[in-house]
Amino acid sequence: MASETIALSDAAPGARSIGERLHEWVVTVDHKKLGILYILYALFFLVIGGIEATIMRIQLIAPHQHFVSPQVFNRMFTMHGTTMIFFVAMPILFGFGTYLIPLMIGARDMAFPRLNAFSFWMNAFGGLLLYFSFIGGNGLFGAGNAPDVGWFAYAPLTARAFSPGHSTDFWALALLVSGIGSIGTGVNFITTIVSMRCPGMTLGKMPLLAWLNLIMGGMVILAVSPLTAAQIMLCIDRYLGGHFFDTQAGGSAVLWMHFFWIFGHPEVYILIVPSFAFASEIIPVFSRKPIFGYPVMVAATLCIGFISFSVWAHHMFTVGMSASGNTFFTVTTMIIAVPTGIKIFNWLGTMWGGKIEFRAPMLFAVAFLFQFLIAGLTGIMLGSSPFDWQLGNSYFVVAHFHYVIVGGILFTVFGAFYYWFPKMSGRMYNEALAKWHFWLFFIGFHLTFDFMHIPGMLGMPRRIYTYEPGRGWDIWNLIVTIGVFFQGAGVLVFVFNMLWSMMKGKIAGSDPWDAWTLEWSTTSPPPDYNFETIPVVQSRRPLWDLKHPEDPDWKYE
Amino acid sequence: MSEAAYSRPSIEPEWSLPSRGRVGMFSLIAAESAVFTIFVVAYIFYIGKSLAGPMPKDVLETPIFITICLLSSSLTIHLAVRALRNAQLGAFRLWWFLTLTLGAIFLIGTGREWQRMISEKGLTISTNLFGTTYYSLVGLHAFHVTAGLLAIALTMIFTLFGKVKPEHSERLDIFSLYWHFVDVVWVIVFTVVYVIGR
Repeated sequence: MASETIALSDAAPGARSIGERLHEWVVTVDHKKLGILYILYALFFLVIGGIEATIMRIQLIAPHQHFVSPQVFNRMFTMHGTTMIFFVAMPILFGFGTYLIPLMIGARDMAFPRLNAFSFWMNAFGGLLLYFSFIGGNGLFGAGNAPDVGWFAYAPLTARAFSPGHSTDFWALALLVSGIGSIGTGVNFITTIVSMRCPGMTLGKMPLLAWLNLIMGGMVILAVSPLTAAQIMLCIDRYLGGHFFDTQAGGSAVLWMHFFWIFGHPEVYILIVPSFAFASEIIPVFSRKPIFGYPVMVAATLCIGFISFSVWAHHMFTVGMSASGNTFFTVTTMIIAVPTGIKIFNWLGTMWGGKIEFRAPMLFAVAFLFQFLIAGLTGIMLGSSPFDWQLGNSYFVVAHFHYVIVGGILFTVFGAFYYWFPKMSGRMYNEALAKWHFWLFFIGFHLTFDFMHIPGMLGMPRRIYTYEPGRGWDIWNLIVTIGVFFQGAGVLVFVFNMLWSMMKGKIAGSDPWDAWTLEWSTTSPPPDYNFETIPVVQSRRPLWDLKHPEDPDWKYE
Repeated sequence: MSEAAYSRPSIEPEWSLPSRGRVGMFSLIAAESAVFTIFVVAYIFYIGKSLAGPMPKDVLETPIFITICLLSSSLTIHLAVRALRNAQLGAFRLWWFLTLTLGAIFLIGTGREWQRMISEKGLTISTNLFGTTYYSLVGLHAFHVTAGLLAIALTMIFTLFGKVKPEHSERLDIFSLYWHFVDVVWVIVFTVVYVIGR
């Protein structure tokens, strides 16, 4: 399809009013515009979620603080968690996927452009619905405003008796609505990658980013749907007087935990797999070597995808399960570390002997490698049930999953920002500012999350709004909070760099990194139709073949 | 891009990829299966856990007739799509209308069943765990039947205006996948609710 050449008009589109341009963005079905909308909207929520985290850290900087009330503190950790997972991490990764997948597989758009727009707006309205709870959550009872049930909203906290008003309803509906959007995105990713590849791009010749997003799409449709189902049940309980999670009528609170975590654990991999994809694109280009062990990389990710559906109850060791349940989930958790370890060795193998160039994207990717390794190691510690009985629900757990989500996911997302910024905007970012961003954020990250492990081991539980002095937690909490300000400063530098470079940056050209995948073969930013003629590829690195006709890749693949 | 750089000495096989519609529909079906799995698991988990009556064995009547209707509609939709592909528009209209009728009978049957249980047996969604799980599982399925019926009715209206042509048979074929899926789900719901759950 669509392989004929399109006649182009070179006439400038002419000056349009701001209203017309905004209208164009609102009604767009173009994957590049929707990708950028996803990213901008996620960045907006990143700042909000970051402010909520900062409020919590100021409250905990020293014992017996009164910066916020306990009620507000509960709302802050609920909103911080929900926002960061559902309205920052997912949309930002969907945004990059939506933007990059068609470009990398040589297609002109996603398989279902209108479904793409629908998914974005469902996601966006889900976020607005969640934040509307700050004003609309009072309800008839006048109690509460934003949801305060924690991001996993265990029953019976969510029952009408304990969550009067509408705040929990806003939480459930926001996740229901955005979940439908996410399922749409999952369907779209899979279909685009399966059915829209350019001639010659067999599954074995796809860029790893496409492969990993295909697996991520499969995980989205299988993991987000249970959450959607569970939210429907919660709404039935709250609105129609159902008893799914009502222990007084024989319902089970533990069933909600199972339903939530059968979504919740694959969700972590839904977030980390696209991050792996960014690392797998960035590391080869800045090591000047093709990726090491491409088939193993794909196989390992497929393994992770499968096994991730059988580890969920390691979040529930402290609930009290049978011995066989504990054993099963401990063993599966250990097993999933194996393919993850394989991937780390593959990235190291890619860098080994390469001509490594430490530009900003590479710095973030390398930091990701080491931080993700540590996050994986604490994950294995928590995955063994006896250890988890000791440290479950402590700050050690908080430190562990922030190491994954910030140290793993956010670092690669920043790397991806710098790597593809020239493609999206047509201009280069400022390298010096990017390095400032990296080092500030790197130092802040380690101050906060390295030292957060220690109060956890000393017994500090998560979600407490204050604590007694003299338990040995004070100094660590102080250091953790100081780190937050370094991270905030790093993010400010980042935002400034993006805005400044968008207007004043050097013109990037179509291929500033001398890279090898198809998105760099078209102009920056790409035209609406992406490619003038649909490319035909012979190998995993089509641009290498183009630049080195005397020694093309397809001779060796 | 120059042609020369890409040209490879071997002859490539013709490039064809799976149809977008089918891949998309199968993905959607996978997602829907996950949703139904959670509801079925909840139903099975709560069998016999209700603290108060009425219990399933007191109120449930096996809906044989509407089950036969719904399952046969899978056959009629298949025949309708085949007729359209062979450009037999009259046969298509007949089979499509039959599908619509059979689906509607199923929905009406479910509605009457619910009405009987609510007004005669006093079982509502908030009565006990059985009521909660029964109405939500059967209701979720009925919702999917309703969505499918709306699409079938819309196509029927287009058909009456003569807008449906043989070239649309692939789209209707893809839609029929959804309808078959709804039927398969009913087989599972039927087994769980009326066979195992009693």
